[in-house]
Amino acid sequence: MRGRVARKAFAIGSASLVVLGIAGCQQQSEPSEDGAAPTDLKIVEQVQIDENGTEVKPPEGVTPLNPAGDGKAQCPPVSIAMAGALNGPDAALGINIKNGIQLAVDQHNDNNPGCQVQLKTFDTEGDPQKATQVAPQIINDAFTIGLIGPAFSGETNATGDVFNQAGLVAATASATNVTLSEKGWKTFFRGLANDGVQGPSVANYLKNTLNHKKVCVVDDSTDYGLGLAQAVRETLGPVADSACNISVKKGDKDFSAAVTQIKGASPDSVFFAGYYAEAAPLVQQLKDGGFEGTFVSADGTKDPEFVKQAGEASAGAVLACPCGPATGAFAEEYKKAFNQEPGTYSVEGYDLGAIMLKGIDSGKITRPDLLEFVRTYDGQGVGRKYQWTPTGELTTTLIWIYKVQ
Amino acid sequence: MISQCVDHGAQYACLAANINFNLDGLRNGFWQLTIDGLSWGAIYALVAVGYTLVFGVLRLINFAHSEIFMLGMFGAYFCLDVILGFTPSGNDYEKGVALTVLYLGIAMLFAMLVSGSAAVGLEFIAYRPLRKRGARSLTFLITAIGMSFVLQEFVHFVLPKLLPGYGGSNAQQPIILMQPKTQFTIFGATVSNVTLVIVASALVFALLTDMAINRTKFGRGIRAVAQDPTTATLMGVSRERIIMTTFLLGGLLAGAAALLYTLKVPQGIIYSGGFLLGIKAFSAAVLGGIGNLRGALLGGLLLGIMENYGQAVFGTQWRDVVAFVLLVLVLLIRPTGILGESLGKARA
Repeated sequence: MRGRVARKAFAIGSASLVVLGIAGCQQQSEPSEDGAAPTDLKIVEQVQIDENGTEVKPPEGVTPLNPAGDGKAQCPPVSIAMAGALNGPDAALGINIKNGIQLAVDQHNDNNPGCQVQLKTFDTEGDPQKATQVAPQIINDAFTIGLIGPAFSGETNATGDVFNQAGLVAATASATNVTLSEKGWKTFFRGLANDGVQGPSVANYLKNTLNHKKVCVVDDSTDYGLGLAQAVRETLGPVADSACNISVKKGDKDFSAAVTQIKGASPDSVFFAGYYAEAAPLVQQLKDGGFEGTFVSADGTKDPEFVKQAGEASAGAVLACPCGPATGAFAEEYKKAFNQEPGTYSVEGYDLGAIMLKGIDSGKITRPDLLEFVRTYDGQGVGRKYQWTPTGELTTTLIWIYKVQ
Repeated sequence: MISQCVDHGAQYACLAANINFNLDGLRNGFWQLTIDGLSWGAIYALVAVGYTLVFGVLRLINFAHSEIFMLGMFGAYFCLDVILGFTPSGNDYEKGVALTVLYLGIAMLFAMLVSGSAAVGLEFIAYRPLRKRGARSLTFLITAIGMSFVLQEFVHFVLPKLLPGYGGSNAQQPIILMQPKTQFTIFGATVSNVTLVIVASALVFALLTDMAINRTKFGRGIRAVAQDPTTATLMGVSRERIIMTTFLLGGLLAGAAALLYTLKVPQGIIYSGGFLLGIKAFSAAVLGGIGNLRGALLGGLLLGIMENYGQAVFGTQWRDVVAFVLLVLVLLIRPTGILGESLGKARA
C-alpha cells in the first residue's frame, strides 16, 4: 500500500511539475520591451593598410571596372566556370563567391545582347578529393575558357597542376595559403592578399598607426590561430607583452583565467587569433571583467555571427581581413539580385568575373588569350586594384581594417 | 589560413613555447581559482549524477547523457525566446532581481522538463528494446554512443528545418538575463552573482537528490535494483519503473545544469555544446567512484577546482589535459574512485 501511495504521490508530483512549468511559461508570454534592444551593430570597413600598417587611400576618381562593358561586345558562346563549396557545411563562402560572379555575368549579358557568357558552377564541397574529380570536367568542357576558383586553399593545392597543364586561367577569390603561389603554376592568380601579409600588416597597424604600447596576443591553438599569432607577435616585438601571451583552445567558452591574466597586464589592446565562435564569448567576458582596451582580431572573426553572439560587447572591435568590403552600387545591385547582403568574398568573385568578362569582350575567347589577358591585366575593381606578379600574387597586397560600430 | 608552426616543421618548438609552469599564478589567484572552479564543479556534479545513477542501476555508461544536457540548453533557450518572449540580442536584460529569478526559474523548469522527457524517451526508444531482447552490455554501449551522435546531428541538421532559427552550425544568439557582476569579495577573490546562483542552486539540487536516493522509498528502490536486480524484483520492486525514474532523475538534473551553464556561457548553446562537458562529468563520476551518488557530487566539485588550478599553472589550453591526467592518477592509486563503493552498497 505504502509503495502505491508513494508512487502516486511521485506521479502527481511530476505531473504538477509539468503543468506548473507549462503554465508558468505561458503566463509570462507577454513580450518584454524593456531591457536589451537588439543591437544594430555592423562590421563596417575603415581603411586599407599596407604591410607597414599605414593607411593607403584608394585612388581618387578611378571608377571600378564595370562588367556591363560598352554594350557592343560580340562573342561566340563561351563560358566561365566557378568551382567551390556550394553544398555542405562550408557552402556559405562558395555561394557568396558564386553570387558575386553571377551578378557580374548577368550585368554583362543584359547589356551585351551580342555576347552571352554562361556561368557554369562546379560543386567541390570544399573537399580537395572532390575537387580533383571535378577538375577534369572543367577542363574537358570546350566552352569554358576561364575559371574562378577553387575557393579554398586545400582544393586549390590539389587541383592547381591540372589547370596549369590545361592552360586554363584559375583565379581564386578566397584561397589565402601562402605556398600556393610558390608551386610554379602559370595559371594561378590570387584575387586578394595571402595569409603572410595579414599578420604583419595588422601588427604594424596596432603599433604604428594606433600607437598601442602594450598588446596581449591570444591564440586559439589551431593551425590558423598559431600561425597568425606568431606573425603578429614577431612583428609587434616588445609591444607584445610576454606576460599575457595566452593560448586558449578552440571550443573553449570560458576564458575567466585568460581575462584575469589580461586584466593584470592592462594592455591597450588584445589581439585574438582565432574564429568568431571563441571570439564572441572572449570579448564579452573581457568587457564583463572590466577590460576597456580595444579588441582586435582578423578574418576568422570577421563574420556577422561575431556581432550576433557578442552583442554590445563587440562594439569598437577592430577586425582585419584580406577580403574587400562591398560598397556602393555593387552592394545595392547584389541585394536586389539575391535578396541578401553581399558576404565575405562576394566582392572578389564579382571583380574577378568582371576582369574575365572584359577579356572576353575584347576578343580573348580562347584559353591562352584569356590567360594572357589576366596575366597582363592592370585595373581598379570594387575591392582593390588588380595587377599580378608572375607568380600570381597581387602586386599591391593590402589588408582591409573593419570596425564593429 | 595556415600554421607557420606546421609549415615550417617546427611544431615542437611551438608546442614547447605554449607550456608554462607558473606556480605564482596559482599562489596569487588561489581563492579566485577555487571559486571559479567551484562553479564549474557544481555544473559537472549535477551532470555526473545522471551518469552515476544510470550506471548504478543498469551498469550502462549512458554516453548520450551529454546530449540530454545539450537538449536542456535548447529547452531553456526556447522557453526564454518563444514562451517568455525575450528577443535574442547578445546583450543583457535588466529586469531586477525578483523578475530575473522568476524568469530563470521558469526557464530552468522548462529545461528540466525537456531534458527529463528526452532522457525517458531515450530509454524507451533505445535501451528498453535492447533489454527486452537481452542484448549484451557492449550493444548498449554502442547504442549509447550512436544515440549521442543521432541527437547531435538532429540538432545540427534537422532542427533548423523544423524550427527556423534553432540549431544548425552556429550557436544560438544569446539571451542574457544576468550579467556577471561582482557581489562581494572573499580572501581577495571576487564572487559574481552568476557564481552565487550556480553554486547555491547546485547545492540545493544535490541535497534534494541525496535525500531522494537515501531517504525515500523510491530511492530505496533504486538502491535495491542497483544492488541486486533479481532479488529486488522478487521483493516487489518494479525494475522497469525504477529504470525509467532513474533516467528521469538524471535528465531533470541535467536540465537544471544546462540552465546554470548557459548563465555562465551564453554563447554555448550549440549542437556540440554538451560533448566535452559530458565527458568531463563522466570523468567526475568515475573520479568519485561511478555508481556512487555522493562520489559523483564530490568528483564534480573536485574536477572543476583542480582543472582550474591546473590551467593557472600550465596555461589555459591545458585545462582538459590536467583534468584527465588527474583522473588517471587517482584511478592508478584508487581504481574504484575516491568514494569507491557502488550505489547499492553505499549506506543501505
